[in-house]
Amino acid sequence: MKPLWFKVAIATNPGLLVRLGAIGAVLLSVIAAFAYTGGWLSPVRLTQDRMMAAFRDANGTHVGFRRNHAKGVCVTGWFESSGQAAALSKAAVFRPGRIPVVGRFALAGGMPFQTDAPATVRSMALRFLLPGGEEWRTGMNNIPVFPVNSARGFYEQLLASSADPVTGKPDPVRIKAFLAAHPETVRALPLIKQHQVTSGFANSTFNSLNAFRFVDAAGASVPVRWSTVPVQPFAADSAEPSAAGDKNYLFDNLIAQIAQHPRQWRLIVTIGQADDPTNDATLPWPAGRRQIDAGTVTIDHASSEDGGRCTAVNYDPLVLPSGIEPSDDPLLSARSAAYARSFTLRAEEEHEKPPSAVTAQEVQGEGKS
Amino acid sequence: MTTKARFPAASRLLHWMMAAMIVAMLFIGVGMAASVSARYELLVSIHRPLGVAIFVLCVIRIVNRFINPPPELPDTLSSLQRFAAKASHIVLYALMFIMPLVGWGMLSAARYPIVLYGPLRLPPILPHDLTLYAWLRDLHAGLAYLFFATFLAHFGAALFHGLIRRDGVLESMASWR
Repeated sequence: MKPLWFKVAIATNPGLLVRLGAIGAVLLSVIAAFAYTGGWLSPVRLTQDRMMAAFRDANGTHVGFRRNHAKGVCVTGWFESSGQAAALSKAAVFRPGRIPVVGRFALAGGMPFQTDAPATVRSMALRFLLPGGEEWRTGMNNIPVFPVNSARGFYEQLLASSADPVTGKPDPVRIKAFLAAHPETVRALPLIKQHQVTSGFANSTFNSLNAFRFVDAAGASVPVRWSTVPVQPFAADSAEPSAAGDKNYLFDNLIAQIAQHPRQWRLIVTIGQADDPTNDATLPWPAGRRQIDAGTVTIDHASSEDGGRCTAVNYDPLVLPSGIEPSDDPLLSARSAAYARSFTLRAEEEHEKPPSAVTAQEVQGEGKS
Repeated sequence: MTTKARFPAASRLLHWMMAAMIVAMLFIGVGMAASVSARYELLVSIHRPLGVAIFVLCVIRIVNRFINPPPELPDTLSSLQRFAAKASHIVLYALMFIMPLVGWGMLSAARYPIVLYGPLRLPPILPHDLTLYAWLRDLHAGLAYLFFATFLAHFGAALFHGLIRRDGVLESMASWR
């Protein structure tokens, strides 16, 4: 029921309808702008939701698990800084001394119950708990370069390499089409295949892949990449334990080794030069770049993800202390965004999550499942 | 009858500053929740300090409202319209006060360091708890959509007063004289 003045106004003033229409048009424009910003009007724009849908298409639904690097164990230990990186970065983590570390070892891919295999990419994630509430989180892989250099490339690789529902294997036609569109991947794959796979997590080198910047006390910055290099001696993968039927042989070996003796990695920081690529994780830096031994990561305790201290942690690569800054690598922002959405999804599903592949009992039995 | 009364200058300044910040915040929020591009990092780095700024201004604004009460609505408004105006203003105030706190609490429950700028950061205000985080994260998004809807109603009503009723209500806030 419109009041009388309104009816009279409409009858005597047709301009009123135009003004009403204008108000409607303004409000609709605001709604459209909002919807556009939220990605609802752009079916081809790569959004967080579409990235998560690609993980679901590739791996199926695994409630409560990380969408990538889904199979893992928690570890704890400490970082003993050598003080050698302190001249390049003002971050408190590099001052001489010891700070606690909460880490996670995992296998790449969204399948939380996949069988351990030598060719699967291994990862080490670390959360350095700096004094004063600052944190440094980093996720590293045992490959020398990343196969893609953009969120779009990652998405397309995920879709192209997912198993065909009929054959159960990736479709070679789709892989060929993906590679044709991504010459950076074609260049990176031989480097990834060349790297020698070791016998386990404990003697793997893990690389940051993305570049960052170290900022010193005076505000000067240098491009860096970092790696954790094992103190444990190299041993080539023999792939026999897997054949012996232990689906979790990589994790079980790691747990047994840590229980026996703490395992250590040197944190090696590689300093890039001005023209070294910082925005492309598929490109290695030239050999012979200056390297600094920033200190030693010691891991002395392992636990299942179920009840472990790494579980409620998002190893977001943009959680950085003052003194370490992101580079211009677009993958950093993409990883941060995708990890955040994965973290939210699994937090929402936490009450439905089945036990992880590496259970608390398995860790208590020191890796003998 | 139309109203000639205007909001005091301090109230108008607070209103328009916060209007720009809140609309920007709603768009930044919905944009960053969708983005995997390089903009994500930029948007997040704006979202956190902007949220804190909105919270601080909101507290100042509530105090200001007691010092500088708003002008009366014109008496040509029906009681239903008065109720709608009053209720929507209460909802807007509640949202601009609660949303930053929910955001702070949700980041605390996830144990994200809450960096405002450089070494400036907020301490956590809630325990590290995934389930609590999930609940607050969903609440934050739900309240954001409610905020956007309430903003649309508020904006639409303001335009209705200014262009259709022409009763001075829009001018009581939107006047630069």
